[in-house]
Amino acid sequence: MSHSNRKTFNFHGGLHLDEHKSISTSRPIETAPIPPLLILPLLQHIGNPAIPCVKVGENVLKNQCIANADGPVSTTLHASSSGTVTAIEKRSIPHPSNLDVMCIVIETDGRDTSIEQSHASTEEYLSLSRHDIQQRIKEAGIVGLGGAGFPSHIKLNANKHLVETLIINAAECEPYISCDDMLIREHAESIINGLRIMQHALNAKHCMIGIEDNKVEAHAALQAAINGSDDIELVRVPTRYPAGGERQLIYNLTGKQAPSQGRPLDIGIVCHNAGTAAAVDDAITRGIPLTSRVVTLTGSGIPQPRNMHVRIGTPIQYLLDHCHSPKEDIANILIGGPMMGFKLNSADAPVTKTCNCILATLQRDAIKPSTPMPCIRCGDCVEVCPVNLLPQQLYWHAHAQDFDAIQDYNLFDCIECGCCDVVCPSRIPLVQYFRFSKTTIWQQERDKEKSNKARQRHELRLERLEQEKREKRERHNRKKAALKKKPEQSDDPKKAAILAAMKRVQDKKLASNTNPANTDNLTPEQQAKVDEADRRRKEQNADTKPS
Amino acid sequence: MLTAIITLLVIAVIFGLILGFAAVRFKVESDPVVDEIDKLLPQTQCGQCTYPGCRPYAEAIANGEAEINQCPPGGEPTIIALADLLGRDPLPLNPEHGEVKEEKTVVIIDEEICIGCTLCIQACPVDAIVGAAKQMHTVIIDNCTGCDLCIPPCPVDCIYIVPEKKSASNWQWPNPAEIEKTASDPEGSS
Amino acid sequence: MIINTPQVASSASVSRLMLHVGYALVPGTLAYIWLFGAGVLIQILLACLTAVITEAVVLILRKRPVLKTLADGSALLTAVLLALSIPTIAPWWIIVLGTFFAILFGKQIFGGIGYNPFNPAMLGYVMLLISFPLEMTRWPSAISLLEQMPTLQTSFDVIFNSGLGIDTISGATPLDTIKTQLRAGADIPATLINSDFSTLFGSFAGVGWEMVSLGFLFGGLYLLMTRRIAWQIPVAMLGSLVVLSSVFYLIDSSQYISPLLHLFGGASMLGAFFIATDPVSAATTPRGRIYYGIGIGVFCFVIRTWGNYPEGLAFAVLLMNMAAPTIDHYTRPRVFGQSKG
Repeated sequence: MSHSNRKTFNFHGGLHLDEHKSISTSRPIETAPIPPLLILPLLQHIGNPAIPCVKVGENVLKNQCIANADGPVSTTLHASSSGTVTAIEKRSIPHPSNLDVMCIVIETDGRDTSIEQSHASTEEYLSLSRHDIQQRIKEAGIVGLGGAGFPSHIKLNANKHLVETLIINAAECEPYISCDDMLIREHAESIINGLRIMQHALNAKHCMIGIEDNKVEAHAALQAAINGSDDIELVRVPTRYPAGGERQLIYNLTGKQAPSQGRPLDIGIVCHNAGTAAAVDDAITRGIPLTSRVVTLTGSGIPQPRNMHVRIGTPIQYLLDHCHSPKEDIANILIGGPMMGFKLNSADAPVTKTCNCILATLQRDAIKPSTPMPCIRCGDCVEVCPVNLLPQQLYWHAHAQDFDAIQDYNLFDCIECGCCDVVCPSRIPLVQYFRFSKTTIWQQERDKEKSNKARQRHELRLERLEQEKREKRERHNRKKAALKKKPEQSDDPKKAAILAAMKRVQDKKLASNTNPANTDNLTPEQQAKVDEADRRRKEQNADTKPS
Repeated sequence: MLTAIITLLVIAVIFGLILGFAAVRFKVESDPVVDEIDKLLPQTQCGQCTYPGCRPYAEAIANGEAEINQCPPGGEPTIIALADLLGRDPLPLNPEHGEVKEEKTVVIIDEEICIGCTLCIQACPVDAIVGAAKQMHTVIIDNCTGCDLCIPPCPVDCIYIVPEKKSASNWQWPNPAEIEKTASDPEGSS
Repeated sequence: MIINTPQVASSASVSRLMLHVGYALVPGTLAYIWLFGAGVLIQILLACLTAVITEAVVLILRKRPVLKTLADGSALLTAVLLALSIPTIAPWWIIVLGTFFAILFGKQIFGGIGYNPFNPAMLGYVMLLISFPLEMTRWPSAISLLEQMPTLQTSFDVIFNSGLGIDTISGATPLDTIKTQLRAGADIPATLINSDFSTLFGSFAGVGWEMVSLGFLFGGLYLLMTRRIAWQIPVAMLGSLVVLSSVFYLIDSSQYISPLLHLFGGASMLGAFFIATDPVSAATTPRGRIYYGIGIGVFCFVIRTWGNYPEGLAFAVLLMNMAAPTIDHYTRPRVFGQSKG
């Protein structure tokens, strides 16, 4: 049977949060219209940015490949609609740093003409080899659509590991976000098919779908799509944030804990987002690359919260205008949910592959930040941490900038879910401290690398200078020795030797033309510059009286 | 009274012997302290500490000739790390040796103006400038440590100091403690 | 403006926590007033006043925001707890000195709330106990045991007029009585039926005191149910007290106090739910809190039974405060994904 009565486990900690999801699930998914401009960042994933393969001024068609993957940890980029490439330049992207990244800018022509598919769509995914599937996923530009953006073809390559279980993450635990929920309700078959393709690619023994128990319609849709097949187990997990965290979900479904210094693959488990499964199905069965995704537009700043199929590269302001969001009244826009999202700095930034939710809040609903008080060691944070860390200790060490001690308390196991932050009575921005500590530690490691290299180069340089000195001394000694030999010979041979030597020097001079070639044929400007430089040097030498 | 003195003396001798034995028998071999100090220094090789490079400075610290607060590129983290290593008290950075830079910098050469004199190449302590006599010179940015030793020798002033480029991959979150401090203590406290 | 996630409305705050602890103290305090007179209110008032003034002065000297820090309520809570711990008939300067010491040396000198290693109220209490043993061991008698009904004027006189009329309202506590009698050679059953003392012992743990302890127990249960305090500490402390006292009581009930008297006769309830649970000075890891509570229970029992003082709670708490960082260090929970090795 597909609906499972499997016993679920419960990860430690977590919070029951107000969901705010029903406001955006009452309407079916809309398709967003084609924006006038598409801004496609070359880096929308973890790894190396893609390398453009189109030029400015070129016409492109929808689903055409416009940038190729750069190496194994990278993926392809496609045009989300037809138009002309107007620029390849730095543009702002949704990222907490407010930095610009190279983007391909396409002015759309409104016709949305698709390119002829490069791969024939195939219903018979079983006939494809595992390697083929991975290759097509990479060429389709699919990344983890749950938010992390890890290139999916890498997570579909089991390497030498045996994959016991393939898990589809349909939990979607963060408040406000409902894109996966709606996608499942409307495209459950696609997700199941994608799941089967992934199972084939990984040669996984067993498949599970984990879904929170508050998603009744989606659960029903999946059950219908599975249609009684034995190979897929649909399991309901209790609704609790962050049940959608990969490791937390794996634990809930299987009782196994992925090693903190390793990956779930180490215990034979692979976990993919439901949206990624649908994208895999599109790519293999219909030959369509990843050029759009479902995005939830919600919050008090969106008059009618909804989910939309959005073309990757659509400027966010375009979507906000489409939803009649009152621009002047908006306090802030978060990309992602209220727990793990980040503030959008510029609404001109585009929707990227990892953007799952746009949360706009009106001024009157904005939460005022409070000034933090000292930590009173109440231990509430320890109670809610899903990774069993001691956020209190991490905070003390982050505050003191003691980055060795903080790593001792497993800082890098923190998933930045924000549970500790919410319960802290002193209102300490705990997650900010942890984010700050992580990036500082990474920077320190980079600095250490750099300084090691600098030391090496310095030592090599010193060696080089030593060697040059040695060689000079040797040449000097040899010459001295050569001259010393001369008194033994008679005068005539000596004179002849001197003359011969002098002749040799002259010949050499004439032959090699060692006169600096590039002070001949100087242009008047160059000559002027050289004269200017000579004049200045003389001045400097005149100024600095040698001691 | 005498017995008390003798007893204490005997106890002292016994424990002294035990400690001495332990010091020899259980001695742990460690890196010479100069290497340890050098590992903590930033390797900018800038000479602001008055020594011609980081290694000579490390040796001077080990000999007791130099204080631990003479390195501006290392800044406070280095001073604290050195204090930790040597068991001394950390000191504030000695302003005679320079100021801590606001942000990391590197240099670039303006090719239009460069005349190919090789003076900067000879000055760079990590060979980060490539070029040859009467040929174009250019800086390998990744290898530049920001020591600025190439600036004075250049006869045509074609070397500029620029801040190190920030990208999304080396961007850092700000320190919440700093933000907290400036927000809640406008009058400034210790 | 820096907008950082999480952006979720949360009602968690330190002042709310302190407020609810204050609410939980009400039943016990009411019992106190009802059964021992209004003197306790005067002490509480004096303590709160001293605490606020001391903290305000120190904050001004340290150039820290005064109103915001005072608003967290922690100084007031320390004051109330100390006032509830000392004899209500102690002169006014006792509570003033004690509160001043607790706030200044128990809290502010370490950096304010969150930084103090010791429980400030207990630090103040121990300082008073050691420096002024006479004033600190003269306890009020339950009103029902007194010949005359004491008036508010009596309490006032006792506190502010150098103890005028104190003899009319003071008496020994049950624990104290038993200890002195044991020293004198009389065992516990003899003391209990001794006509001089039998009325003192009430239904199960001392007239008046048992009701006050019950009041604090109710308050403590309220805090447990609303999850404002860590359950591990009171459960471990009372549990270990009960276990130890039961074992010894079973061995020889004539020399060792019954578990019931241990729980309700002294300050065990107040200590277990309100004093030992002070988050700043207690252990913080879940397992660590159990060991911490057990430690307090053990020390409390040991000092009460074999020590010089009839009540060992304050010393027990301070001793375990010293051990708290070490306990935390050795009881770190296993991180998710790490093997048990």
